[in-house]
Amino acid sequence: MLRYTRTLYACWSAAIAAEAEYRLNFAIAALIALFTLAGSLLVLALFYGPNASAESAVLGGWSFYEALCVTAVYTILDGFQQTFMQPNRQQLTEMVREGQLDFVLLKPIDPQFWLSTNRLAVFGVPNFVFGGVLLAYAIGQLDALPSAFSIALGIGGIAIGLAILYALGFLLATLTIWFVKMDNITLAMNALLEAGRYPIPAYAPAFRVFFTFVLPVFFMTTVPAELLTGRDSPGWTLLIALTTAAALVLGSRWLLRFSLRHYTSASS
Amino acid sequence: MSQSPSNIGHHAPSITAHPLFVPRRFFRLASALTTSFYALMVEYRVEIILWGIATSLPLIMMGVWSEAAGTGEFTLDRVGMIRYFLAVFIVRQFTVVWVIHDFEWHVVSGRLTPFLIAPLDPWWRFFFIHVAEQLCRLPIVILLLAGSLLLFPEALWGDGETHGLWTPSWDRVALAAVATYLGFILRWWMQYAMAMGAFWLERVSSAHDLLFLPYLFLSGMVFPLGELSNRLPESATLLGMTIPIGSLVYELTMLTPFPYMLWFPAILISTEGDAALGGVSIPRAFATLVIWIGLMIALQRFLWRLGTKHYSAMGA
Repeated sequence: MLRYTRTLYACWSAAIAAEAEYRLNFAIAALIALFTLAGSLLVLALFYGPNASAESAVLGGWSFYEALCVTAVYTILDGFQQTFMQPNRQQLTEMVREGQLDFVLLKPIDPQFWLSTNRLAVFGVPNFVFGGVLLAYAIGQLDALPSAFSIALGIGGIAIGLAILYALGFLLATLTIWFVKMDNITLAMNALLEAGRYPIPAYAPAFRVFFTFVLPVFFMTTVPAELLTGRDSPGWTLLIALTTAAALVLGSRWLLRFSLRHYTSASS
Repeated sequence: MSQSPSNIGHHAPSITAHPLFVPRRFFRLASALTTSFYALMVEYRVEIILWGIATSLPLIMMGVWSEAAGTGEFTLDRVGMIRYFLAVFIVRQFTVVWVIHDFEWHVVSGRLTPFLIAPLDPWWRFFFIHVAEQLCRLPIVILLLAGSLLLFPEALWGDGETHGLWTPSWDRVALAAVATYLGFILRWWMQYAMAMGAFWLERVSSAHDLLFLPYLFLSGMVFPLGELSNRLPESATLLGMTIPIGSLVYELTMLTPFPYMLWFPAILISTEGDAALGGVSIPRAFATLVIWIGLMIALQRFLWRLGTKHYSAMGA
């Protein structure tokens, strides 16, 4: 265990030092995160109209501030994906293409751990900050402040969302071991995940089915927001979300092992 | 020895003298470049499908807007929203532009140099690879459109009340096709002008991500722009003045180039009459398109001249 925390510390401090060279990039990324958030707030404002906080303004049964919680959770997930997942995925693709994956497999450390934590992109951090601030604000504006229990459940829900996001991303990244050029499939998946910016019950029926059972966006942003706002008591949804997350994480471990069995390195 | 590639480019009897339009040569070059790039792009068929999915945001937004249309006062009703976003999706497929990444890579890796020696201004290659990609995309767009119409048959048949069969008149379709292509040309030159930053900056494409945001939110990709004047507060008081927020935001948006890249052609195909254009007449829209294209080409030519003088072919 100590070895793992020490590895993490070494990798991340090196990554941060490397990123510090591109400070302008960080500023641009922060601006982009801010404007993207402003844009999704504009879209929400258009959905709810000029009397957004009126009781009559609902979208799929969600009030304006409840929907704001969903957007905030999405922003946090987006930050996670930019900070931790994207740089590592890029690295995995490069390694497979150039045959460097062999060196990782030889290291005395769990390959999945190394492949998912080795890199870190600081410019995803603003999304965490903005998402967190927006979430706190939206919760403060709710009609009834959620109980401490709801908030604890909500944080658990966000953790489940992160686990699903991580597992899906890693599953797709693993496919690069078979089909070297897979960058675009994650591009396609990320585009579909955009649906998580708004509560899934606000979508047309066909979309609801797709984003619950095919691509579980529902469990990633809507369920955490439901738990946080106390709209939903922890019951079947939470159980299903937990099972989905566990299945996907285990699935990603299994797929990596399975694909490594077929990995013949770049030279052969 | 002392002659830099850009100087060679300037002295060669080349298209750079008349960089944009020489009719006979234009068609010969256009067809030669398009066919050879087509052969190249066909290799990437699977990737083009994935890019198609990656640009499906309008379809996702259709999922929310078509439901929302039943809950309040919007400029379009349910069927109107479905048709609008389907149209946006199609227009978007023909206006995908990635020239800044291509150009940046060519500059940073030094591959621009051989292009500068050739008696052909490099914009030709960068432009016509897009045209070839659109040709490859055509069958995929038709498939995706057919799939969407199967999922939402009411977009085609109408709802039997306010909407009948979706049959936009021929002149509207022709206008929309021209507008789509002008929108593509505008977006292309805008991005190419920005790409000139690669002569001075190492990662100009990350600065470009900033420009993508107004495109994302002001082009009509995530909401029909008519909702700006319809759903924002009518007015607000600031420093004792009453500001008509909704209509002001709408009018300002219409001065930017972005609405004409998606919203304008999509409204032409998906609605009838001028109501949904919200005061932007068709001639005004085309005039705005042409003016912005002219400005962007002028800006690009200016930056190109500066940039090629500054360019030292990476590593030289």
